[in-house]
Amino acid sequence: MQIKAGTKLHSAVCDTDVMVIKGSGDVALTCGGRDMVTARSTAVGEPDAAFAGGTAMGKRYQNADGSVELLCIKPGKGTLAIDGVPLEVKAAKALPSSD
Amino acid sequence: MNISLVLQMAADTFPDRVALTHKGVHFTYGQIHAAAMAAAARIVDSGTDYVSYLGESSPASVIALFGAAMAGRPFAPLNYRLTAPETNRLIERLAPVYLIADADKVPTVAGGAARVLLSGDDFLGLVAGGGPEEWDAPQDEEGVAVQLFTSGTTGEPKAALLRNQNLLGYVLGTVEFASAQEDEATLVSVPPYHIAGISAILSSIYAMRRIVQLPQFSPAEWLGQCSAQQVTNAFVVPTMLSRIIDHIDETGGHPDLGALRALAFGGGKMPLPVVERALTLFPHVAFANAYGLTETSSTIALLGPDDHREAHGHPDPLIARRLDSVGKPLPTVEVEIRDEDGKPLGPDQMGEVCVRGPQVSGEYQGRKLTDEDGWFPTRDAGFLDKDGFLFLAGRIDDVIVRGGENISPGEVEKILREHAAVQDVAVIGVPSVEWGETLAAAVVCKLGAAVSVDELKDLVRRKLRSSRVPEHVRFIDALPYNEMGKLLRRNVKAFFT
Repeated sequence: MQIKAGTKLHSAVCDTDVMVIKGSGDVALTCGGRDMVTARSTAVGEPDAAFAGGTAMGKRYQNADGSVELLCIKPGKGTLAIDGVPLEVKAAKALPSSD
Repeated sequence: MNISLVLQMAADTFPDRVALTHKGVHFTYGQIHAAAMAAAARIVDSGTDYVSYLGESSPASVIALFGAAMAGRPFAPLNYRLTAPETNRLIERLAPVYLIADADKVPTVAGGAARVLLSGDDFLGLVAGGGPEEWDAPQDEEGVAVQLFTSGTTGEPKAALLRNQNLLGYVLGTVEFASAQEDEATLVSVPPYHIAGISAILSSIYAMRRIVQLPQFSPAEWLGQCSAQQVTNAFVVPTMLSRIIDHIDETGGHPDLGALRALAFGGGKMPLPVVERALTLFPHVAFANAYGLTETSSTIALLGPDDHREAHGHPDPLIARRLDSVGKPLPTVEVEIRDEDGKPLGPDQMGEVCVRGPQVSGEYQGRKLTDEDGWFPTRDAGFLDKDGFLFLAGRIDDVIVRGGENISPGEVEKILREHAAVQDVAVIGVPSVEWGETLAAAVVCKLGAAVSVDELKDLVRRKLRSSRVPEHVRFIDALPYNEMGKLLRRNVKAFFT
């Protein structure tokens, strides 16, 4: 599917919603083993057992080379993956609060 | 994307956690979210193009910000210290507008100027009962989320535009979601019409750090709220910190700042003696000096707590001087120093600070100031040292050109401020037949202290050089600052004409 920064995507099999923070172009993005969708419909079925690690609210997920980064804006039971490779949680930055 | 995402995520995660405390009354994330959805429905129904807020910070200002975003209308808060005619001219520029105003401001709004005019309390009453259970905010990253009128030195105020992608870029780039512990609280004493007031709301709600509002700053109130609300974080402008320290010194009190962990300051140049005094007075507090502009959605560079403590009293002068810097650019922001022709300069070379990044809007209504590569010239003068620390030297437009030589007022002010009798000082350029422009210093002496003009001139001559010596020195009772602690240099010039 085509993505760009700001695109909102929904899982087809769980409650997960993400927003694209970084990345563009055609990306084979899945959640729970199924292609993510741009328009939310009622989730049907269950995540594939191999992709059922779940997503956590507010965490950032990225691929190995960091070219795609997603923000989880609603958590669910599925695992995010690109080309079948699960995305990893990006470590939190430790910036002091300035406001 | 839409800035209301920040509130929606917080309300989805911990709806019952306290988001906001105002005059001792608590509001949860769930309550604020429900009220913002109710506000959005009313704003859409009203057929207005803008949402404006004329008043002190209150729960209504927070709900109006998010309600406007959910309705897809720019939130354009107004400075409540402007005169009624000035305010009414701005309201006209926002027509048709949904205006929420402090009760005492409502009668000052010209009849018919606002399509909807409500007091803050009436607005709260309308939206507190809730409205729609769900709301689909328009996902318009190019949409203007916040429009701030900047105080122009001449003419009518300019309208700085901050789009959803700028503000969200700032928050997502600098804050980790729900990273605050439940006992954390931040004291917000900047007004809602200032960029620091906007970023405080967005950052705190995304971090899920409780906001404690202080609508009218005074040192005693600030210290009182810190104690009563067990405040852990705060942001102040330089004058506020000076006044807090003076208040502690004058009353000889030992304020209860036991809960305070982090104090950030920005919005203007913090005098070095104030920073040093604060570091000594509050040894347990982590200090952060933030540099940012309205047009950059707040902070772009930060001198963090470790940098402060390391530089404080360091034997190496190149490290010690970092206490006078604004630290390093944020990881999501690029900074470049350029000369007058736009050519990038190397370390320690003084030029114009230019910035680029997702949070940089650099845009006014009808006028975009970024170049084709996205760089925004800030009109601030400064340099980067070899380790990437950014030092500022005032506004480029304040530079004094004396006989072809560029002189930054800041370098001379810094030396004069070192004199034990000097409380405050401003150096400006005044017309001179001989030099084109020459230096004039307006000096405020400490209570009971005195110093001669010659002594001050000698000090500058010894520490800098003769071309930096102010030709005119005038002693005055106080310098003119605006309510955010910004020195009004044009008013200082009036002392010398």
